[in-house]
Amino acid sequence: MSSNTKIELDQLTKIFYKRNESVEAIKNISLDIEDGEFVCILGPSGCGKTTLLRILAGLETPSTGDIQIHQSESEKPLQSMVFQERGVIPWMTVEENVAFGLKMRHLPKKEIKERSDYYIKKVGLEKFAKLYPKELSGGMKQRVSIARAFANDPEILLMDEPFAALDEQNKFILQEELLNIWAETKKTVLFITHSIDEAMLLSDRILLMSSQPGQIVKEKKIDLPRPRTMESIRSNEEMAQEFVDIWQHLQKEVQGSRA
Amino acid sequence: MKEQQLNESAIQVEKEEFKKRQRRDKLKQLLTISSPIFILLLWELLSRTALIDPRFFPPPTKILATLYQMGLSGELFTHLQVSLLRIFAGFLLGVIPAICIGLLMGMYSPIRHFFSPLIMALMPIPTLAMLPIILIVFGIGEFSKMVTIAISVFFPVAINTAAGVTNIDNIYVDVAKNYGANAKHFFFKIALPGSLPVMLEGIQMGQAIALLTIVAAEMIGANSGIGYVIWMNYKAFLLPEMYVGLVLISFFGYFFSLVIRGLQSKLLPWK
Ligand SMILES: Nc1ncnc2c1ncn2[C@@H]1O[C@H](COP(=O)(O)OP(=O)(O)OP(=O)(O)O)[C@@H](O)[C@H]1O
Ligand SMILES: [Mg+2]
Repeated sequence: MSSNTKIELDQLTKIFYKRNESVEAIKNISLDIEDGEFVCILGPSGCGKTTLLRILAGLETPSTGDIQIHQSESEKPLQSMVFQERGVIPWMTVEENVAFGLKMRHLPKKEIKERSDYYIKKVGLEKFAKLYPKELSGGMKQRVSIARAFANDPEILLMDEPFAALDEQNKFILQEELLNIWAETKKTVLFITHSIDEAMLLSDRILLMSSQPGQIVKEKKIDLPRPRTMESIRSNEEMAQEFVDIWQHLQKEVQGSRA
Repeated sequence: MKEQQLNESAIQVEKEEFKKRQRRDKLKQLLTISSPIFILLLWELLSRTALIDPRFFPPPTKILATLYQMGLSGELFTHLQVSLLRIFAGFLLGVIPAICIGLLMGMYSPIRHFFSPLIMALMPIPTLAMLPIILIVFGIGEFSKMVTIAISVFFPVAINTAAGVTNIDNIYVDVAKNYGANAKHFFFKIALPGSLPVMLEGIQMGQAIALLTIVAAEMIGANSGIGYVIWMNYKAFLLPEMYVGLVLISFFGYFFSLVIRGLQSKLLPWK
């Protein structure tokens, strides 16, 4: 364990128990994440990725095991989550949604306005700032969610398939933006995705999970130089091999869980 | 060039469509206005030709004329004022605690579990059946009438408010928690706005119940108000005068509904 470990998970297990029926969502997950590391989690649907993130977000308590998150700056929020879906609050305008975390922290009005405007612009929604979510498309709502997390400027970003509902162009822009923010601010990012390409493009490390109950079965370090492009990843022999490897692993897990 | 023409014809198509929709809306509006007018005309006709007994069903024109006469004397206005004051004060007296208790019930399950059996047990009792008790406790003055209305308004509003809060999607609660909302933020940013649509439905119901209650209460235990006017004229067999009371109640019921409907679209721009 190095000195700048940000997140430590020790033997984390979560079981959902209802009326004599129990679902073991994640099992014995032990993991250290470095300060400033970008980690992607890949795994079959239903393997407990969201559950893991919700535990880190303080929305779920683990059944057994310990988590420790080290806070370095007291005036910054520790973590903010981009929810997998429906995270935009319908009775607030785009602007109010993005400013939500900042308002909760009682920052000066001017700063709230500046910061939320900045990120609304970054996600390309400045024309829609005064509208309510009912008037937005699914992808636009997701961008509101992302802007809200970025604007909150936390030490750790927890992102649950944030770009899954976006078109390729917006996805590309926001991936770039995420990497910029990450490079500038040295946030720790935990990012769930179903896309192997996306994981390779973004992360320092990929964690592969098994099907239910979710365990971390493999870890891959991605030490390609940054900035990376899709072309450079595709043309890299080693990465092509890794891709196939991960693909086969996921294939096996999905089939295993269906058998 | 060609593109522009195509574009213009597309606009033309949509314009036609829009006009058609407008015409259809006009027709619907017409229907809404025409049904009461039709009934009134029919009534007038049947009453004038004595197909229905004009002693019990005086023609609407006669009722209107009576309304005008009663209005001139000024006494009707006093009764109206008395009833409206009772309704407003009683309404507020019921709605405000109902919203507070409803929100608390929705937000905190121990409070919900504590209050809901009480509410379930008290709700089925008609407020009028409690009128004797209310009169004993609060005296025979104005306040007892307001309390009667307050009690009958309380239940639908409290129940709907609590339901409104518990029906808020959990994900918004999670978002608020994750972004550091404290109890006060949670109350004002999530629970209150999130429950508002269902709460307003309850207030709409409460308003209707308030009118029913005030008239009945004034018929039983008052010597002023619209309910009293109806009852006195009935006993004196002055039926056109009695109908004037009924017409006024009907008018105010409709008017209050419209006000609350307007309030709904003002308060819920996000719906
Ligand atoms: N609140 C809950 N109550 C009961 N079971 C739950 C609850 N939340 C999750 N589960 C179960 O835990 C398991 C893991 O769910 P989770 O949402 O973490 O999966 P996931 O990996 O995020 O899937 P996906 O990729 O489809 O989003 C599933 O079997 C799910 O049914
Ligand atoms: Mg998930």
